[in-house]
Amino acid sequence: MKQYTRPLICLAVLIALPWIVQHPYPQHLMILILMWAAIGSGWNLISGYTGQVLFGAAAFFGTGAYTAALLVNKLELSAWWGLPLGAVTSVLLAFPFGWISFRLRGPYFALVTLALNEIMRSIATEWESLTEGMVGLLVTQTWVSKVPYYYVALVLAAGSIVAMEFITRSRLGYYFVSIREDQDAAESLGINTVFYKMVSLCVSACMIGLAGALYTNYMGFIDPKVVFALHDISIVAILVGIVGGVGTIYGPLVGATIMVAVMEGFRSGAFGLLHILANITGSPLVATLTKYVTQAHLLAFGVLVIMVILYLPNGIMGDWPILRKYLFFWKRGSA
Amino acid sequence: MDVFLQTLVAGILKGGLYALIGLGMTLIMGVMGIINLAHGQLMMVAMYATYVCFHYMGIDPYWALLISMPTLFLVGVVIQKFLLNPLMKVESILPENQVLMTVGIGMVLTEIMRFIFTSNYVSVKTSYSAAARFVGGISFSVPLTIAFGFACVLTLLLFWFLLKTDIGRSIRAVSLDGEAAELMGINSERVKAITMGIGAALVAAAGTLLLPVYYLFPDIGGPFTRKAFIITILGGLGSTVGAIFGGVTLGLAEALGATYIGMAYEDMVSLVIFVVVLLFLPGGFKRLTKV
Amino acid sequence: MAYFRVSDITKYFGGLAAVNRVTFQVEQGQIYGLIGPNGSGKTTIFNLINAYFPLTHGEIFFEGQMISGLKTYQICRRGIGRTFQVVKPLKRMTVMDNVIASAFLHSRTKSQAVDLAEEMIEFCGLVPHKLKLAKSLPIASRKRLEITRALATKPKLLLLDETAAGLNPHEMDEAIGLIKKIRDAGVTIIIVEHIMKVIMTISDRILAINHGMAIAEGTPSEVASDPEVISAYLGEDFRAES
Repeated sequence: MKQYTRPLICLAVLIALPWIVQHPYPQHLMILILMWAAIGSGWNLISGYTGQVLFGAAAFFGTGAYTAALLVNKLELSAWWGLPLGAVTSVLLAFPFGWISFRLRGPYFALVTLALNEIMRSIATEWESLTEGMVGLLVTQTWVSKVPYYYVALVLAAGSIVAMEFITRSRLGYYFVSIREDQDAAESLGINTVFYKMVSLCVSACMIGLAGALYTNYMGFIDPKVVFALHDISIVAILVGIVGGVGTIYGPLVGATIMVAVMEGFRSGAFGLLHILANITGSPLVATLTKYVTQAHLLAFGVLVIMVILYLPNGIMGDWPILRKYLFFWKRGSA
Repeated sequence: MDVFLQTLVAGILKGGLYALIGLGMTLIMGVMGIINLAHGQLMMVAMYATYVCFHYMGIDPYWALLISMPTLFLVGVVIQKFLLNPLMKVESILPENQVLMTVGIGMVLTEIMRFIFTSNYVSVKTSYSAAARFVGGISFSVPLTIAFGFACVLTLLLFWFLLKTDIGRSIRAVSLDGEAAELMGINSERVKAITMGIGAALVAAAGTLLLPVYYLFPDIGGPFTRKAFIITILGGLGSTVGAIFGGVTLGLAEALGATYIGMAYEDMVSLVIFVVVLLFLPGGFKRLTKV
Repeated sequence: MAYFRVSDITKYFGGLAAVNRVTFQVEQGQIYGLIGPNGSGKTTIFNLINAYFPLTHGEIFFEGQMISGLKTYQICRRGIGRTFQVVKPLKRMTVMDNVIASAFLHSRTKSQAVDLAEEMIEFCGLVPHKLKLAKSLPIASRKRLEITRALATKPKLLLLDETAAGLNPHEMDEAIGLIKKIRDAGVTIIIVEHIMKVIMTISDRILAINHGMAIAEGTPSEVASDPEVISAYLGEDFRAES
């Protein structure tokens, strides 16, 4: 039980957080972090644990998001039904997709997931009679305060992580890793690799789709460009996974925290600090700098991908021993 | 019938350029085994270089080839040497880290160009951009025809290089068996860097030649990477002759699609081809013709 | 009906026959050896039995039923296990976890898998390495782990592929001891080797292969004295050694 003290303390803090921090903007950031922790866990399951890299996570995110939105738009049901149904539709998408695509190995599978992402986006954009196309869909929000959404997101994130704990210790977890390490050896040891890859993909799609449905409920508005975004959703999902730690359970949580910090840090100009600075100094240089920084988050992502792959390929949780050595070395050096 | 022939001509001419794109990518895939998802972005960079030459220095695109190709060659070498070669030595759980790396590179290139040039569409309008010559009742776009000509010359040069020069032979050796090549004294790291440079230079040529009849904005890299991939897979991974067939095929498919289905669906067409090719034709044309 | 029978199996890669109309049968409880020079098709035969490659032609029977045409994992479930020439452990996991992964095949719960894994690890003498990471093991232990993983799938017939390659003489003796122990526990074994000492000492019968075709079959001494085998494979070295 001792190994769970840190996660449980973390959970306790997270549960108490909205009472400690009452300002809506940090609450918004926390909701994003929890949402990305769920997406990252889903990505990690199929890509990190099972070794079938998902380049197009947005395909499932958007499916969940649109399911929730369409329930309101077409059937006049509450968008919250989108959570269970979004999970279902994501799995319904994952199943035939995996069936057709798992014959492809490694990078080719990754590329087909990219294609799936683009195809789903095209469908959402072109099938206007269903989705209103680029105009997008509006959903009335259930609550004004962010706090209830926070707790839903917390349940989602905690649930994903608990699920990962169970899965990794079970037959599924062992089989997934066997497939990742060497698919042929796994088959020779009696593992039906096609079946288990499908299971992994469906569970991942489920987690990611749930997050998408939550997004619709929380933001109140979706359109194809946002929920099927390649760079802002699919690539971020990958970053959450690789920064936090591929193939670790808590990696996605760490990765989500960092990625949200990076994303929002750039978009808001260092959380509004740059804007303040520009106003105080009145300097055009600072103003231009602010303008560039607020648009630079994609550049930051690209650089981050390169840096992580080169220097921290197993992520923060994965390379923690090495990282710790550097941190201590640095601390001792400056003493 | 006229429309059909016209479409065929347009498709083949464009296909010549596509072949250049495919040749670059298939070389990289064959020698390094890397799927370069930054290929279209390299082309985009070359196109911006050409734009700068034309707009700010008054240099005609065809002369700009002499600038864009070497520049992108260097860019390719640097990328391979500092970002991709080191990956061979990194041991990590992360699957597909090479492909991911190229995605990161592509994003960085795109954003840097956006930073410099903004997201606005730009184009290069030369005196002959819209010119056409009529041969037998069919219109041949002048810039496309010249581009096709250059593409043929460059392709022949490439084949001569690969078959007749020492470096070319080293490249072929590494693509067949990297370890054996090393054991026979070939510095495979250097060969890989040069190959990436050549691949980049080829796609740079394609970009430069295409610019007079196309438009340019930073996000144009993505669709071209996808096209590059389709061409390469259609032709069979690592097959240079196949890339030519793949390029022409895609050019024709796009032209036919544009004429008979409509311009809006061009993207969808290439997406569908992408998926179909990946799923059902893993060996590409190569498998069918044993080239 | 023989316990295990391979009938007329053939595999073409392009225009080249890697395995050409090979037929042999193995009785229950035997250790059956396959010898041949490098590239003669021995491992390909294993790959065919294991359904890693599809057969171009021919049939394979196990316990009276045709297994050619089944998928690899189904063949394992029927009771045929195999090791690989280039060992493929789960590098970043412990020895224990490696074996647990295979033990799940015949275990319903995790604790059953753990028990079976413990049993197999003890049987194969890997207990001191139990909690070490697979990638930190020396080659002899890695080969042993490979065998342990295969054993955890409770095979009735075990295909051993070059288990002695890369071992020093002492390790080789230990490997031979383990193989005999496995046979004594009731597992039928087909072993591919090109190290004479190993295969000649433990096999009950041997099939010699060259260029994908069977050239001799019989007891070790019969095969060793077959002139075709000597000229194709053994050469002067073996006569000097014997």
